[in-house]
Amino acid sequence: MSKSIKLNKGLDIRLIGEAKAVKSELSLPKMVSVKPSDFHNMTPRMVVKEGETVKAGGILFHDKYTESIKYASPISGTVKAVVRGEKRRILEILIESDGQQSYAEAAPAKPADMTGDQVKETLLAAGLWPFINQRPIDVVADPSKAPKAIFVSAFSSAPLAPDYNFVLQGKGEEFQTGLDALAKMTSGKVHLTINGKGASDEVFKNAKGVQINTITGKHPAGNVGTQIHHIDPINKGEFVWTVNAQDVAIIGRYFLTGKYDVRRTIALSGSEINDPQYFETISGANVADLLAGKIASDNVRVISGNVLTGDKISKDGYLGFYHNEVTVIPEGDQLKFFMTKGWFGPGFDKFSNSKTFPTWILPKSKKFRLDTNTNGEERAFVVTGELDRVFPFDILPMQLVKAAITDDIDGMENLGIYEVAPEDFALCEYVCTSKIDIQDKIRQGLDLIASECM
Amino acid sequence: MKFLEKIVHKHEPKFAKGGKLEKWNPIFESFTTLAFTPAHTTKRGSHIRDGVDLKRTMMMVILALIPCLLVGIYNTGHFEMVAAAGNRNIPYFADFWAKVGAGAFVVLPLVVVSYGVGLTVEFIFGVIKGHSLHEGFLVSGMLIPLVMPADVPLWMVGVATVFAVVIGKEIFGGTGMNIVNVALTARAFLFFAYPTSMSGDKVWMAGEEKLVDGFTGSTALGDLASFTTDKMTVAGQVVTESGAIDTFQNSYSMMDSFFGAIPGSVGETSVLACLIGAALLIFTGVGSLKIMLSFAVGGLAGGFLMNAIGSNPYMDLPAMHHLVIGGFAFGAVFMATDPVTAAQTATGKILYGFFGGLLAILIRVLNPAYPEGVMLSILFMNIMAPIIDHYVIQANVKRRLKRLKTA
Repeated sequence: MSKSIKLNKGLDIRLIGEAKAVKSELSLPKMVSVKPSDFHNMTPRMVVKEGETVKAGGILFHDKYTESIKYASPISGTVKAVVRGEKRRILEILIESDGQQSYAEAAPAKPADMTGDQVKETLLAAGLWPFINQRPIDVVADPSKAPKAIFVSAFSSAPLAPDYNFVLQGKGEEFQTGLDALAKMTSGKVHLTINGKGASDEVFKNAKGVQINTITGKHPAGNVGTQIHHIDPINKGEFVWTVNAQDVAIIGRYFLTGKYDVRRTIALSGSEINDPQYFETISGANVADLLAGKIASDNVRVISGNVLTGDKISKDGYLGFYHNEVTVIPEGDQLKFFMTKGWFGPGFDKFSNSKTFPTWILPKSKKFRLDTNTNGEERAFVVTGELDRVFPFDILPMQLVKAAITDDIDGMENLGIYEVAPEDFALCEYVCTSKIDIQDKIRQGLDLIASECM
Repeated sequence: MKFLEKIVHKHEPKFAKGGKLEKWNPIFESFTTLAFTPAHTTKRGSHIRDGVDLKRTMMMVILALIPCLLVGIYNTGHFEMVAAAGNRNIPYFADFWAKVGAGAFVVLPLVVVSYGVGLTVEFIFGVIKGHSLHEGFLVSGMLIPLVMPADVPLWMVGVATVFAVVIGKEIFGGTGMNIVNVALTARAFLFFAYPTSMSGDKVWMAGEEKLVDGFTGSTALGDLASFTTDKMTVAGQVVTESGAIDTFQNSYSMMDSFFGAIPGSVGETSVLACLIGAALLIFTGVGSLKIMLSFAVGGLAGGFLMNAIGSNPYMDLPAMHHLVIGGFAFGAVFMATDPVTAAQTATGKILYGFFGGLLAILIRVLNPAYPEGVMLSILFMNIMAPIIDHYVIQANVKRRLKRLKTA
């Protein structure tokens, strides 16, 4: 039944600035943003106008092509601005808090007593649906498709990722209710995959109505894509849904309280953060308050999400919808002299998966302060076999990337594009000698597949 | 290095888009990126990147080639003196520095011509296509002199380099796009374009024109090729069929061949130097262990196969001996492993290496018109590599389709 998986491939990037297991509360942010760009390929149609007041959980916009998918406001207040970019594309909706946090309340419900369709209706109406993602394509799930299974990863193995054991501690009831709701929506199983390394919190160990699998290995062991591939791989025509563990608890909270309450615990981490730790805040919150007085240097990059897959935001930007961490690392926009810090240097400050740098000789406890420099220019693919070492799939990564670059639909289908998401290639992108933006290429490939084959 | 950085920043605007020297930006960029890793930052996706880049990778290959270059210089010097004195029995380590000097005098011009000509061509293409120098030629430029006979005229090296860079690489799109190994293209070009001065049994040693009577500067492979003809010779001496192999093994002992004290192309004679390079390449992961090992295994298999047939003295040469003469070791370590032209899948690499080694011996023994089978077999396998990969990829695809059927 439950599977135990061991991975040999992968890479744990050892970065300075892991969050300490201490949690502080933050006061409600004054400004919150909902960014349609967080939901790939989604075209919003506004429901509210600038200047209108909304409650927390009030619907802001819905998906233009699938109107049942609605997107809600995380706080109560006034719609301050609808920021538009080129071709009037909506970039973000800014909501100014009224300081009250009054919710658009619904009656609590027990998923156990509901049918799958009722659960689905509830989530769609409440604006919680976007928490459910689908594979293939890695976008917000299409509610009209039946998933063959639903996957939840109980940990994140990305560098400086938050520890979900800490994040979800004591939230067993919410998490379980969320799992119950998910279980109603599939005829298959809900898979909860826990880390084989170290102990998992009771929240995960005691989860009911799900298949608990363990996976042991380096990053990307915690990626849900890796787990799907080894537990129940996706074939053409099949759908699998994935939900982040903390989002499961948020869904559960809605059923328990009837409130769209998207408070979440995030890790503030990275080498440029004084005293990295956890904070409780809200999806879409402005990070200026969070970062105030904590950034150690001037020239930094603030990332909503982890260093491998997150989005670059400004120091007064907003937390992404799906993100459970804010990471701050040094910006690398300086020339680096080849003999000291560049390609010819000894390189004790570089973390490399290749043995051309002395990373391998340094103790495993040594952590690195990496910046955003690409450490070289983009080139054609030259080195072979390096992507395979960090890609624990029975998929040929370089060949799939090449198929994506050349818009080769048949090639992509044959090589397994339906199983992957850009985040699965994050490590490939990290180790690539030729500095190719592999996640971008995979995303382009997925977009092509979405428009031609779905 | 602040002052260098200032110079770069000062001149940058002239070469930037719209500047008056915009056209020459590729050359400016090539030099500045050599001196400084550029200030390029990640945009999205992976915000941090591995320290390794193509410059670092290529640097490792050049480091790995240095033992071969040094032994090549010394060996060339040694055989210069052998040829001058007309005496094969000069002790190898006598007159050490004089040999180093004499060897350097012959080899370094080859290196200079190869880099000079090749980089000029690369820069011309860079300016036309508007990209900075890609690092591939930094390695090719070192490999080309090492696969040349020491006494090859410099103009031939120049012509071969131009041919290799233009036809072998640039018309396919440059570094990373070529079908066949660039350095081997250069050698194959000379081999077929100037056969009279490239093949035969005399050219492989420096100072040919200074040869005295009764002494020819033959190579191990040249001698072996003669075993399939009526006139068998070893090191200039006529031998009979029955004694051919013994005489050969005395002239080119395993030890001498392993350490490189035999005549041959500049960089290829010393198996030890190749193995030192191989150790560095394998350890850093730049060169593929799979290819090197399977290449050697393929060579042994070819040797044993020939031994089993054994219809002429050449076929009787012990399989192990094949691996230490000619360019076999050099080819296995530095040529077959070129990641762009080799097979790219893990299983493909093993097949590619094995057949490369096997074919090298078969061509050597069965077709003595081409004494150096390694070059031809690697070029052939370069062309076959995509087909090998194709079948490996298809196997992966079939596994996925099968899963769909059973699901």
